[in-house]
Amino acid sequence: MVPSGLKFTEEHEWVRLEGDIATVGISEHAAEELGEIVYVDLPEQGRPIGQMEEFGTVESVKTLSSLYLPMGGEVLEVNKSLSGNPGLINESPYEEGWLIKIKVSDEKEYDDLLAYSEYQQYLEGL
Amino acid sequence: MEVIFDYSVSGKSGYRLPQDPFPNMSFPELEAAGILRKELPRLPEVSEMDVVRHYTHLSTLNYGVDTGYYPLGSCTMKYNPKINEDVAAMPGFSGIHPLHVQEDSQGILSVLYELEKRLCQIFGFAAFTLQPAAGAQGEYTGLLIMKAYHRDQGNLHKDIILVPDSSHGTNPASVTCVGWQTVTVKSNAQGTVDLEDLRSKLSDRVAGIMLTNPNTLGVFETDILEIARLVHEIDGLVYWDGANGNAVMGYMKPAEYGFDICHLNLHKTFSTPHGGGGPGAGPVGVIEKLIPYLPAPRVVFNEGVFSLDQAYPLSVGRLHSFFGNVGILVRAYVYICTLGAEGLKEASENAVLLANYMKLRLSEHFDIATQGLCKHEFVISLKREKKEHGIKAIDVAKRLMDFGFHPPTIYFPLNIPEALMIETPETETLETIESFIEALIAIKTECIEHPEILHEAPHHKIIGRLDEVKAAKEPCLRYVLTPFL
Repeated sequence: MVPSGLKFTEEHEWVRLEGDIATVGISEHAAEELGEIVYVDLPEQGRPIGQMEEFGTVESVKTLSSLYLPMGGEVLEVNKSLSGNPGLINESPYEEGWLIKIKVSDEKEYDDLLAYSEYQQYLEGL
Repeated sequence: MEVIFDYSVSGKSGYRLPQDPFPNMSFPELEAAGILRKELPRLPEVSEMDVVRHYTHLSTLNYGVDTGYYPLGSCTMKYNPKINEDVAAMPGFSGIHPLHVQEDSQGILSVLYELEKRLCQIFGFAAFTLQPAAGAQGEYTGLLIMKAYHRDQGNLHKDIILVPDSSHGTNPASVTCVGWQTVTVKSNAQGTVDLEDLRSKLSDRVAGIMLTNPNTLGVFETDILEIARLVHEIDGLVYWDGANGNAVMGYMKPAEYGFDICHLNLHKTFSTPHGGGGPGAGPVGVIEKLIPYLPAPRVVFNEGVFSLDQAYPLSVGRLHSFFGNVGILVRAYVYICTLGAEGLKEASENAVLLANYMKLRLSEHFDIATQGLCKHEFVISLKREKKEHGIKAIDVAKRLMDFGFHPPTIYFPLNIPEALMIETPETETLETIESFIEALIAIKTECIEHPEILHEAPHHKIIGRLDEVKAAKEPCLRYVLTPFL
């Protein structure tokens, strides 16, 4: 599936920007590489976090990985259904498996991110 | 698999107590407080032979260095020489109590003193504490020392430790334990620290860097002098994670390369047992200016007498009861004395030689993460096998068990996809290593011709493939007793 309207980071997060609200998750590639995810640690609501700062971790049987925020801002909402069912990230990385929503502080940061085709190209080089 | 409770039969017993063993005992205070148990404890009712057979059987299911080859990357699973055990079991070592008067404990104190001196000679540091119980606790100790030093220097703003992306997971964990933050430094195409990335992450807030050298890819960080210079320039300290010390023992004195603090893993480099075979030991070495911060007490030698010196007002404190895992320290001392200076160098040489031999043989069949000579370990990436045949590192690891080998470390270091990290201890014979290489080559053929064999492996073990996701999500940590009749 080719996700439309998303931008990516080299750390394998994606972001969907609607107005000044950004929804953030991890890419299908990242979810596949991690294997089935068993635990997610996400920040509390209201916390301010800068661009590419660590905002949480995902844990699979293989490893624990840090999550980096593609765009800085304040945490509006975290995906509550993940605490009971973190496997949603593997099943639907771009839809139901989203991680957090952010009220972004600087929309210009969106321009720093990779388009899907650029991200694919980056993956080829890994 | 049965647990000891499954053998329980009501009324069976393996002992005979007197009719009324405690006729005159009463506990009025405990009874008044309501904390005496009202029913019998739920202990298994089994015969002595049930117990012996059950646990002897369980012990045969274990896999250890004494039963087979153990090529576990970054763990240096070397043979534990039996002479170490003989000496550690001598009554003067095994029967002594840590509170015994010092005048009558000169033997053990001299061993601890001499071991520290030998470690200083081998690694070039000014002093070592032998207290930490393992590598991770050694890291924690080292960082506490770093923190105490910076506090005394007035560097209270320093709160960042740099760690390469190939580092052991314990490094960032130790940083968190001392209340600092980790910033990751990227590796370059050669698998070593990317100097550009390092420069961009240096700031006044950086308290130091933790570096494993040779690193987890088995590559020597050749830029170490420049790395140390850059970190010292911003008044940071350089920490040597000695986990891979077996590659350079007797050849590299880290203190001469700009390292200020280090930990060693005696259970890796100095042949003492790992894990269930006995506790570990992670001595921490420091350069001259950091000696005041070492944990106390320390063994000192004055006028022909060994004694314990507590007078270290700047010490970071105790890290272990008494003097650490002393029985392990004795074993490491025996190892050093048995091999001698030349023997230790030869051990490093053989570890590196064997690793390069294996790397060369296996490079005809697998993709190796780094080019050129390696040190004591190397990493295979199964990225291609995954893409072409759907075979992952976990499948190869599980299949190796059917061939009678302990699998290598997998999925580590994190910067290599589908990693198989192989380290061969120098104590292994060429024949053992050949049979391991042949097994990996045979598995590669299976991977192309019969991938389904690998997906379902292991086939010849007491239990097959475990559902690791279920184990992580719904761990069964407690045996639920069926009610006693």
